[in-house]
Amino acid sequence: MTRPEPPTEEISVEPPEGGLVAELQRMTPQERAEHEKAVAAAAATDREITVGVGDTLLELRDLTMRFGGLTALDAVSFSIQRGEILGLIGPNGAGKTTCFNAMTGVFRPTSGDVLLEGRSIARSHRYEITRLGIARTFQNIRLFGEMTALENVMVGTDARHRTSVPGAVFRFPRHFAEERAGVEKSMALLEFVGIADRAAEKARNLPYGYQRRLEIARALATEPKLLCLDEPAAGFNPAEKDDLVALIRKVREDGYTVLVIEHDMRVVMGVTDRIVVLEFGRKIADGEPDAIREDPAVVAAYLGVPE
Amino acid sequence: MSAAHAVDGVRVPFGTRMRNWWGSLDRWQQWAVLIPVVVLIYLLPVLNPPLLTTEPGTNFQITLFNAARIALIAIGLNIVVGQAGLLDLGYVGFFAVGAYTTAVLSSPDSFLNSQYPWLICVPAAMFVTAVSGLILGAPTLRLRGDYLAIVTLGFGEIVRLLADNLDPLRGQRGFAAIPGPEVTRADGSQIFTATNGTPWYWLTITVIIIVLMLVGNLERSRVGRAWVAIREDEDAAEAMGVPTFRFKLWAFAMGATIGGLSGSIYAGQVGFINSQGFDVVTSILFLAAVVLGGSGNKVGVILGAFIIVYIPDRFQVIAEYRFLIFGLAIIVLMIFRPQGLLGARQRLLTYGRRAYQRLIGKGEQISSESALGKHQEGVVR
Repeated sequence: MTRPEPPTEEISVEPPEGGLVAELQRMTPQERAEHEKAVAAAAATDREITVGVGDTLLELRDLTMRFGGLTALDAVSFSIQRGEILGLIGPNGAGKTTCFNAMTGVFRPTSGDVLLEGRSIARSHRYEITRLGIARTFQNIRLFGEMTALENVMVGTDARHRTSVPGAVFRFPRHFAEERAGVEKSMALLEFVGIADRAAEKARNLPYGYQRRLEIARALATEPKLLCLDEPAAGFNPAEKDDLVALIRKVREDGYTVLVIEHDMRVVMGVTDRIVVLEFGRKIADGEPDAIREDPAVVAAYLGVPE
Repeated sequence: MSAAHAVDGVRVPFGTRMRNWWGSLDRWQQWAVLIPVVVLIYLLPVLNPPLLTTEPGTNFQITLFNAARIALIAIGLNIVVGQAGLLDLGYVGFFAVGAYTTAVLSSPDSFLNSQYPWLICVPAAMFVTAVSGLILGAPTLRLRGDYLAIVTLGFGEIVRLLADNLDPLRGQRGFAAIPGPEVTRADGSQIFTATNGTPWYWLTITVIIIVLMLVGNLERSRVGRAWVAIREDEDAAEAMGVPTFRFKLWAFAMGATIGGLSGSIYAGQVGFINSQGFDVVTSILFLAAVVLGGSGNKVGVILGAFIIVYIPDRFQVIAEYRFLIFGLAIIVLMIFRPQGLLGARQRLLTYGRRAYQRLIGKGEQISSESALGKHQEGVVR
């Protein structure tokens, strides 16, 4: 997607002429807190997850990915517990994004398996995996540029809808029901990630930070059991990174499980509960942030070994 | 709205202003504007306005019918090219399948010798073209971009060559005496004849209005969003849970059905078809109508179709050079206005208007121009 340089974020937009965004500015702190609670409730998923909080939601079993002679992933195994924020880190070319792509169905693993709630998804289509409950964002933002922010999020909610051509042409009741529920949810999600004031603008015209948040909103709209963020802080300044960390925490508090690939150590150490470290396609460490920071193998991977 | 633009001193293009104005109207106000326009469109062949008429060179009513026929095709092709972003260079193939199905079922020359009335042939033709769309789409829609274009180009040629060479399809000899709708006046004479374009024009306009409503329904639904998502970024669409292959197939089938419908109407009007007139050049002309008018914009492609048909008939001098002139026009257009005469901006939500109103207290800001305007205003402040 080629897009013109988005306008910088600092520029103040003209005050909203009305609607929810304007009302919000006039609310008392108490009213606002209540409103935010309602938004968070609307943004949360109400779908059933068979595993309990703290149990294994997703498991990678000896996942191997070969491209010709190159082994991008070599028998990688780890699991993600429901309700946690897991960080996936590693030096450039360690296989983080490959791992991501194998999980979300972009690549078929050469061997090994990916289990979501104990069911193998390694052979499913990408869109089926999304429907089963893994949503992702992209390292280089990939929004639908000609659609408005709200429409982008609606595409996400459509993953859980079933209206097809006959239902849409002849306007079956289900079409209206899904359309209404979807728009409500999409509006709540835009508010949840904090970009409701630009809901009506084309995605390509949004500022960079808004585009990143819109990607998260669109992924959340599919009601994922697991949300995968691929370098969400890329291109952010320190203040924006803090906001992002706060957003990721907020997403988790809303009942989502999050996997984050990230280079920025401040973000990774600040937000994750547990970290998996990859190097040259192998897992070299798996543990809590403090332990990972001290782990000699990880330090060696990042800084090299003294001669 | 216009006052705000005057303040920040940014010149807003006429088209954008028109669209913003249109978007700011209520539904009933839009109808109040639309209905007189539609009535005027219906009255065109009767009024035969002096400056607009193509006579004495060409029969004005027939020109109007042809424009309407191509407009219907352009609406169908627009689903495939403009919405789903699948470049189809063989669309004439569907048009031909529709026309031939009608001919085979109704003409006395046909090997079937069934001579069904036209009204039965139309749904049959639509069904057969929909199936042909699926047959073409199922193996080829795994291809993307240029590769898909080449394959569809081949499909158009295959249909033409089959019509030319298969014995039952009678090649150059063609099918004669294809009936139109059997509607008679009080004195027993047929209303729908090959020489009188007016009833055919009215019929086609009515069909266009119905098709526009149904296509609009598709646009403001999950289906329309899926198509545009596929056009914008197919991989991202798939990752967001859009079954891309299925929806591409639907786009092909829907586009084909409308092409077949148009072919059926065409066969009924001219009463005679043979393997001439279904060549690649015709296909490119259809595409030119879509691109010229504004790929993705339903009103735009109708305008494009009108221009493509009307201009050569109105200015007979240029008829001989029309491909040259359209070619140049499209090159110029691609340089200065790559989005076509009327740029695309689909509304993809059934409750969009209400949602935007609720969130930000106004409708959507459609164009990039308005965003730019606001940007500069922000700097001033």
